Amino acid sequence: MFRRIASANAEMVMIEVDGVPVTARRGESVAAALLASGLSIARETPVGGVPRTPYCMMGVCFDCLVTIDGIGSRQGCLVSVEDGMRVSIQKGRRALA
Amino acid sequence: MGLGREYDVAVVGGGLLGSSLAWGLGRLGQRVVVLDEGDIAKRASRANFALVWVQTKGLGLPEYTSWTLRASETWEQLAATLETETGLDVCFRRPGGFHLALGDREMELRRDVLARLHNQPGAADYRTELLDHAGVRKMMPEIGPEVAGGSYCPYDGHVNSLRVFRALHTAFGHQGVDYRPDHAVTAISGNNGAFHLTTRHGEIVAGKVVLAAGNANAMLAPMVGLSAPMEPNRGQIVVTERAAPFLHFPMTTLRQSDEGTVMIGDSKEDEIDDRAHHMPIDVMMANRAVRMFPKLAALNVVRAWSGIRVMTRDGFPIYDQSESHPGAFVVCCHSGVTLAPNHAFDIAPMIASGVLDEAVVGAFSARRFARPSGERAA
Ligand SMILES: Cc1cc2nc3c(=O)[nH]c(=O)nc-3n(C[C@H](O)[C@H](O)[C@H](O)COP(=O)(O)OP(=O)(O)OC[C@H]3O[C@@H](n4cnc5c(N)ncnc54)[C@H](O)[C@@H]3O)c2cc1C
Ligand code: FES
Repeated sequence: MFRRIASANAEMVMIEVDGVPVTARRGESVAAALLASGLSIARETPVGGVPRTPYCMMGVCFDCLVTIDGIGSRQGCLVSVEDGMRVSIQKGRRALA
Repeated sequence: MGLGREYDVAVVGGGLLGSSLAWGLGRLGQRVVVLDEGDIAKRASRANFALVWVQTKGLGLPEYTSWTLRASETWEQLAATLETETGLDVCFRRPGGFHLALGDREMELRRDVLARLHNQPGAADYRTELLDHAGVRKMMPEIGPEVAGGSYCPYDGHVNSLRVFRALHTAFGHQGVDYRPDHAVTAISGNNGAFHLTTRHGEIVAGKVVLAAGNANAMLAPMVGLSAPMEPNRGQIVVTERAAPFLHFPMTTLRQSDEGTVMIGDSKEDEIDDRAHHMPIDVMMANRAVRMFPKLAALNVVRAWSGIRVMTRDGFPIYDQSESHPGAFVVCCHSGVTLAPNHAFDIAPMIASGVLDEAVVGAFSARRFARPSGERAA
């Protein structure tokens, strides 16, 4: 559904989403990369268990929470992608390892 | 109305105490008005740690041990009644609770406190056990190596205290209890079945008046010949993001809520400004929590707050009826979450009948402050 605006000098990086390699564009947010990935990226909220995807893309709604490199509940729209980043989609409450 | 007044009872203060009492009175068919401050008031009832706590209560006043035990034993009934009336589950759980000791020195201190509590003549038996590291580990396998041991009491539990607050207020609607926010009481006059309470929206007349205004009782009580010497203090609490259930027992300074957040508490400072918040205190509390449960280090902190405790001068509750102004009562305590069922099921009927039962609550009269005082409550 989401497509990146074409750009001649875009530099791509590789991230991992729940173990699946995903190509992202340097400079974009984790939330943007997830939306563009075509994967099913809805998290499930910890109390009601309802699905949520990134919404405001500007740090306000907290619907974009994801685990990034092992740290849970980060706002994906406020973190830029980096090569090798490991993202996981939160389903309900996180179990502590 | 018949007696020239609208209400049987005016409850001053709509925190957990005022609300539990008003709910209890409403159940008895009393016509009740609750006069409260506005939304921005400082309420201990919105800032607490939500333990229903028994194991160290009552050092210095043995009557407080049986009073606390009675609350623990009737909490289930309060939770069930509220759920029937409002459909809200307040998540009361009583798996028993721990107080953990980090290092041998803290373990010794714990042993000493428990021995003193146990040896008090007239104290209720809390069945508290002292366990060493291995003993605690059997029940909570995830403790860290620094935990020397801890005490376990089967009567300890916890609840969702904000939900309790909400359930009581929801029940007001069904009972016809008239809740009036933004009605701070500034003066009280009258006597003998017709108390006049001044608010900025006019005067309220009621047959009886119950002062349940937390620390403000100190100021209101003398208006009706009562006294409530208060020494409030402040506590800070730190809250983490939600995690899958892994702390299966509430602890004095650590518990996981029904919705998954981990609450880390609660400090005690001789300061009563709840807008100030001291980061070093949060850091120390969080550090202790991680030493108790190393896994906690993986969780993000999402909130922290300060709250002002409603605290009488010796830490024990005050329940009194005025001698000069019969029908005027004062009710205040720390541990208003723990004691909520007693306020609803015991104190409310006493107020309705006009007599505080000496045998049950006589020890909690503020007259004790005229005598040399005992020890502080834990
Ligand atoms: C950090 C912290 C941790 C705690 N942890 C626990 C715990 O784990 N377990 C437990 O059992 N207890 C705990 N407590 C204690 C518990 O929260 C309190 O005992 C309880 O909330 C007191 O309720 P209250 O209604 O007396 O006081 P408050 O909640 O302070 O309410 C007083 C009410 O009176 C109103 N008021 C004041 N002046 C007037 C006036 N002139 N006219 C009308 N209304 C007025 C205020 O607006 C307020 O609504 C804790 C408290 C704190 C601060
Ligand atoms: S999408 Fe709204 S906060 Fe990130």
